[in-house]
Parts: sequence; structure tokens; C-alpha cells
Amino acid sequence: MTVAVNRIDRLFEDRSRKRFIPFITVGDPTLEATYQIAHALVEAGAELLELGIPYSDPLADGPTIQRASQRALENGVSITDALQLVGRLRESGMEASLVLFSYFNPVLQYGVDRFFADLAKFGADGVVIPDLPIEENGLAVEAAKKYGIHVISLVAPTSESRIQTIGEQATGFLYCVSSLGVTGARASLREDLADFLGRVKASTTVPTAVGFGISTPEQVKAVAPHTDGVIVGSAIVLEIERHVEQLKDPNQSKEAVEKIKTFVHQLASALQ
Amino acid sequence: MKEATTTTRIVPDEKGRFGVFGGKFVPETLMNALTELEASFAEATQNPAFCQELNHLLSEYAGRPTPLTYAERLTEELGGARIYLKREDLNHTGAHKLNNALGQGLLAKRMGKKSIIAETGAGQHGVASATVAAKLGLSCKVFMGEEDIRRQSLNVFRMKLLGAEVIPAVSGSRTLKDATNEAIRYWVSNVEETFYVIGSVVGPHPYPYIVREFQKIIGEETRAQILQMLGKLPDEVIACVGGGSNAIGMFYPFIQDETVALRGVEAAGQGVNTDKHAATLSLGRPGVIHGSLTYLLQDEHGQVQEAHSISAGLDYPGVGPEHAYLKDNGRVTYTSVTDAEALEAVQILCRTEGIIPALESAHAIAEAVKRAPQMSKDEILVICLSGRGDKDVLTIQDALESEKGGER
Repeated sequence: MTVAVNRIDRLFEDRSRKRFIPFITVGDPTLEATYQIAHALVEAGAELLELGIPYSDPLADGPTIQRASQRALENGVSITDALQLVGRLRESGMEASLVLFSYFNPVLQYGVDRFFADLAKFGADGVVIPDLPIEENGLAVEAAKKYGIHVISLVAPTSESRIQTIGEQATGFLYCVSSLGVTGARASLREDLADFLGRVKASTTVPTAVGFGISTPEQVKAVAPHTDGVIVGSAIVLEIERHVEQLKDPNQSKEAVEKIKTFVHQLASALQ
Repeated sequence: MKEATTTTRIVPDEKGRFGVFGGKFVPETLMNALTELEASFAEATQNPAFCQELNHLLSEYAGRPTPLTYAERLTEELGGARIYLKREDLNHTGAHKLNNALGQGLLAKRMGKKSIIAETGAGQHGVASATVAAKLGLSCKVFMGEEDIRRQSLNVFRMKLLGAEVIPAVSGSRTLKDATNEAIRYWVSNVEETFYVIGSVVGPHPYPYIVREFQKIIGEETRAQILQMLGKLPDEVIACVGGGSNAIGMFYPFIQDETVALRGVEAAGQGVNTDKHAATLSLGRPGVIHGSLTYLLQDEHGQVQEAHSISAGLDYPGVGPEHAYLKDNGRVTYTSVTDAEALEAVQILCRTEGIIPALESAHAIAEAVKRAPQMSKDEILVICLSGRGDKDVLTIQDALESEKGGER
């Protein structure tokens, strides 16, 4: 059996264009809404989607994504639902790269090998595990290789002497944390961001994507020259939160999804 | 001389693992801070001036060594082993927590940090951190669950009086677990200028190791004191386990003494057959919480479950990774006692010894109430009395009055 070329690698073959990467939480506020929003994000210009698996103790996340997790957990959404949603998106013909975001404990309980096998089975391309630094990711990387999945490494402004090692080990793309702290919108970005991103680029051959705290078209535009992709999470999740009630109502959900699509389109088009 | 065989491996190893447990499961943003902390701790503990300053504070400020008290009337009442109490309740601020807060506070100062943060459940670690901050001239923020702020209003007032800012955690169960999440989130955002003083043997490496090293003075003193008083080691040592810092501090110096039985006591809350308990080692499964792989109360999907105990200091769904290791290798026996048994133990100790124990410590007393009568009169039982009950008197009063109400 030959493993097909990973969609993330295919996406970044051409690095002349910047890629827009939105994050949403699976099951916020319902699994059906996530399915509709995912399609809307692609129509709005996203080429890689980051799908968050809800978790009870999301310690790298700010209040916005915590609330999204809570809404999804109240619906009983689990890691299994997230994997199956990926399968459903693929069956509907979605070609964008799909990356799941999960804290390590749900993966550990699901079974590390089984998790990566199912990522491949349902059609995901990668996974971000924010509490699994390179010192601890051996088991996950081994399983990921076996099934042709990328474990996306993160690198932070405080990584300092670790940047080189992380850059050398990175596969898929390297997730650059643009600011200290948890996820969430910020008024301004770090002054030394360009310098940090420059050092990261010099350490690795894989593409880079920047996230954490990026929420406006202006910020997207500002970071674009220093990276291959821009990740926006909390700002989109906030927009979803504004429409939670409509999204839950089958008669109004279509209209709400359209509004989210318009919002994301503004962010995505700031990139080129 | 007979060689110890049970636990000869050096733990934690260089990756911060106690067997399979422990490690550093944290966001990348914190990794550099943990590496720096490891190096600073290693350097400080080799530095005579640092050790001297810590020892000086422990003796002239904290009040160490704490006594080992023969509990004569409790021994008579229970009719079995001779019972001794290690009096951590007599530390300044009223609990063993100060040993560690002083150590980490000095370390923070040595690393040039001006601010410390801490998380607290019952408030004893918060009070200890606020005290140390005042003593060493550091600013201090304490994260505390909203529910615990309600249960421990006296300690909240003490922290504020000592100059600390108390920040309520309003997510989840609004207890220690959520306070710890908030403290970690704050630390991720302010890691360059802030030192996080973790209050128990939990969290990512090197914290479980550092806290053990600062708390092992409890067991070292106990061991020397009992040898001096009786010329022999105890037969059994009992301590309560939430995160498990007083228990590790007490147990660690006895690990190689094979003849000494060690028992850790968790909170069974309303009972291990209910879903209202905090018996992590008895009923949990290995998982990751707050940066460490350890036993964890969780559902089938790996979502962390809420813990329950009458004692705000014990209702934590995780436990220190070294305890997980000691459970699996069999060196320590872990049991649990209910809220009701702990309340009963409070009254027994008050009546027989004139000591009001903290509700945490009452769990260790309650286990001793069960164990001592099964032991012979020439056997020695030591209980770690981790803290005093001043902070808990309102909770105890409420519980006892509603118990009486229930009988009507």
C-alpha cells in the first residue's frame, strides 16, 4: 500500500501564495452547524481548516474558545464525533486540508495508535496537540508516520534555543505562536514578531503558519509577509458565538452561516 | 547491612519521569521557563548561601523543627498502636505549605523575578505564598476557585491582609482544578517576569521534584525525632493525599526503610460508590492533567471529572505523579475515607488531644482510627498532621449542625 501524498504537503508546494487557516470548535454549537460552517469557510477562501476537539480543561485557550468547548461538551460531543465529522466532510467532497486540534489526554484515552489510524481512515491530514512538546511527542510521531499524518509542532517567542531543534523536527508546517499567552484576540501584536518569525524560517524547511491573537484584516495583512499561512481562531469563534441561537435553529442556520462566511472572507482576502 | 530492594531507582529521571508518570505536558511557551527553573534549582541547592538562608528562615521564621507529639489519650482511646503526631500544624501560617513556599519564594528572588503567582484550594498554599511574598518583598497573585473562595473566606481575608491579590476562577467546578488552569493561563501570558509557585507535588517537571525536595524535611525530622525518642523506626506512617505534598514530604525519607509501612489517604467524599469523591488513586486512570501524566479522575473520552470532598484542599481530580509511581510499585498503600469519617476524626482528636486538625489532616486521623486498633501496643504509628483546623471551623460547624438537623 502506498500512502497518498499528504494534502498539507500538496497545499504548500506552491509557497508564492499565503494560506488562510481558520479554527473552529467541533460541535459548537452543534455538529450539523460545524459541518455547514466548515464548507462556508472553504468557500470564503480557507485552504486548511483547524478543527478543535472540545476539552474540559483547555489550558492553552482563552475564554472565547473555552466557552466554545463548553457549548460542545454540553452537547456530548467527543473525539469520536470529531473524527466522524472529518469523514463526513470528505464524503461531501471537501478537498481542503483538515487538521484536528486536541489536548493530549483525549488522544491518550482514545489510544494513540488508534487515533492516528482513524485520522487517516476518516481523511484528516494532521493534528495539533498544544500540550505535547517535542520532548513528549515520540509515541505520537511514531504513530503519525505509520499512517501518513503530520503532528504539527508549535514554536513560541520564548522557545529561544529550542527553535533550531523544533524547526528541524517539524513536519507539515510549523505553527508559530505569535504572542505569549493563551488563544484570544489582541489589540496589538509583538514588536519583535518579524524577528522571531525570521529566526523560525531560518531553522526549518517546512512552511510556517502564524496564530494566537490575530483577529483583524489589518493584523492578517501585517503578518502575511513573514509567513506562509495565517491562523485565526478566537475571532471566528466569537462570530459563531454571536449567532449561536440561529445556528441551532434549522430555519435560521443558513442565514447565520452566510454571515460567518462574509466575516471570514474579509479576513481571508486581506492575505493576498 | 541489608540493602533496600523496593525503590532503588532514582526518580525522577532526567525527563522528569517517575516510572511512566510525570513529564512535561505543557504548551511550548512554558518549556523554556521549565528548563530555566530546573537549572536554577540545581544551582541554588548546591549553593551554600541559598541553603543557609532557607534553613535560617525555616528555623527562625517558620518555627522548624516542628514537634513530634506523643498522642497519649488518643492512643488510649483507640487501644492499639502508640500514636505520634508530626506537628506541621505548628508551622507559621498553620500548615506544611510554608516549607515549600519559602523554598520557591527564595528561588524566585534568586532568579530575579519580582512577581509570584500561586493557585490554592483550601487557601493554605495561598496564605503561605502571600506570607512569603510579604517577607521577601515580592508581589503576589493567588488564583482560587469561586467555590473555594466561598468555603474558605477566612483564608481569603488573610491573603488580602498579607497584600496578595486573590483572583477568582469561575470555570468548571470553580475549585482547585480550575484555579490551577487559570494560574497556568496567566503564567503562559506573563512567563518572562512571573514565577509560578506550585503548591503541591503536581504540575510539569521539575515541580513535583522541587516540591518534594522542599517538603522532605517533614519526614527527615520525623525519622530523626522518633529514633531519638524511641531508638527505633515507626511501624507505620499515615498522611493525607490531595495533590500529595505533605505525604511525599513525610514518606520520601522512609522509602528505603522497608519495615516502615506507608499509607496515603485520599478523600472518599460521600463514598467511593458515589460520583462525589476525590479518590484519584483508587478510582482514576492514568491521564494528563496540569502538565503531568498521573492518575486522573476522567470519563471514557478523557474529559476531566470534578472531584468532591468536604475538604477544599483534597478535592483535586489529579494527584502527584510520584504517588502514582509509588502506588504502582506497591511501596505505598493508598486508601480513602469519607467526609463523615473525617468529621468524626476531627472530634476525636479535639476531645482526646486538644488539637483541632485541618479537614485534610483529619482524613489521615480517620485512617489511623481504623488502623491503630488492629496494631499491637508495642507498634508505633506516626500521623502527619499537615495543618491546623482554624480555616475549617465554619465548614465543620455547618456539617455538624446539618448532621444533627438530619437526626430530627
